[in-house]
Amino acid sequence: MLLNASGCLDAVAAPEVAKQLDGFVTKTITPLPREGNAPTRIAETAHGMLNSIGLANPGRERFLAEQLPRLRELGLPLWVSVGGFCAHDYAETCAALEDVEAIELNLSCPNVDEAAESAAEIVSACRSETRLPLYAKLSAAHPDVAAVALAVAGAGADGLSLVNTLRGLALDARTMRPVLSRGTGGLSGPSLKPVALAAVYACYAATQLPIVGMGGVTNGNDVVEMHACGARHVALGTVLFSDPDAPSRIRAELAELDADTAFAAAHVAEKSLELRAKVVV
Amino acid sequence: MPFRGRRERLGVVAVEPVGLYTLVRLERGGLAPGAPGQFFMLEAPGRLLPRPLSLCLAPPRELAFLVDPIGPGTEALCGLEPGDRIHVLGPLGAGYRLDVERPLLVGGGIGIAPLPYLAEALRYPPAVLGFRTELHAEAAALLPRAEVVVDPVLVTDCELAGFDLLACGPEPMLQALAERFPGAQLAWEAPMACGYGACYGCAVEIDGELKRLCVEGPVLVAA
Repeated sequence: MLLNASGCLDAVAAPEVAKQLDGFVTKTITPLPREGNAPTRIAETAHGMLNSIGLANPGRERFLAEQLPRLRELGLPLWVSVGGFCAHDYAETCAALEDVEAIELNLSCPNVDEAAESAAEIVSACRSETRLPLYAKLSAAHPDVAAVALAVAGAGADGLSLVNTLRGLALDARTMRPVLSRGTGGLSGPSLKPVALAAVYACYAATQLPIVGMGGVTNGNDVVEMHACGARHVALGTVLFSDPDAPSRIRAELAELDADTAFAAAHVAEKSLELRAKVVV
Repeated sequence: MPFRGRRERLGVVAVEPVGLYTLVRLERGGLAPGAPGQFFMLEAPGRLLPRPLSLCLAPPRELAFLVDPIGPGTEALCGLEPGDRIHVLGPLGAGYRLDVERPLLVGGGIGIAPLPYLAEALRYPPAVLGFRTELHAEAAALLPRAEVVVDPVLVTDCELAGFDLLACGPEPMLQALAERFPGAQLAWEAPMACGYGACYGCAVEIDGELKRLCVEGPVLVAA
């Protein structure tokens, strides 16, 4: 299944892009409206980009009243990305959601202050409010992302979204001051892919939960690599910015890949588990 | 209005110096030139993200863009050679409204980029162009009958009252025009990753709120 990464597509503004996907993941919704960070909010880097959008969104009430009905008209399975600044924020939004495909808990935005509770506490609070599938979106910035994955699995997460962006800094060549007004931003694009593959691999080995793999996926081969590391689904982010036809193109590339490659990829995940057992133990 | 731009790989016809700027002429392919003030996302060879550029001229079967080489992306575009091919997405955003009675085009520096195509659509109305140096001012050749001023004289020193202003230029120029001439149509600029409303990178303050310039603009009416 091919999805978009949260915050990388507006399905209302670009329905023809969204319809190339198997499901649409919304921008992160917080209880109150957020205007986001002041511009400048994006910067290109070598093989990647930084963003510091800052969870700009209309807030839960307007999302439920105005945006969600318009998104339903697209006829696509909807994943709602939920954010907040304490476990209660997340849980309240989860309680208000029904009749969507899944909820993705954004536990790892690098552009806002983090909730005080641990990822597992937030998942646990949400679990008691909803029976919808809960995917925990984690950051590879944690020194042991597999341990976090195990903790959220224990708290009732049904799946994992891996990975969110990593905090980075870009300087203006002339002034040597940060390009982004917030200073730092989240790194995405091809430079994130090796980090994402390692996180998917480690978390699949630790939990065997369904994983939405994302981070620098640009072509069909990247999708195969994500699957090989244990991702069940794959999400596209930065590639959508430069190529709104990327979902269709990537599907065509996957169809052209040698059948043996695809077969092999499906079995690498199992093999990699055996390998990991040998390496780690 | 939902995004309906097309993306195609277009061949480079010619790359011509215009003063210190560069006119990049591309085959038009199946892309529409759009309304004056609309923009396209041009693949910058070797860079991750495309660059937003407004259409400068629409010769038969061509799309032409005026580029100021100010960074790695625009430098890569100026370094294109005839026969090279790049992906182009567009036309995008909202352009100038053409139903004006007494149009006057106002351009500053590389902000003259959308004006030649706009001038053609409005049957060559009067224009005032401002530049930093005489060398930059050579680009005024793209608008042959325009009045040209060079720093320290500014376009805002010229007689602008009594006209419907359609302008593009550096932010201080646009802000000065916005304060003095409510109703002026001003084309703004912001860093963009996508150009079609996906990245939320190009947010600017519009009517007291941060909004996406690629969706609401780039041409906005001064309040």
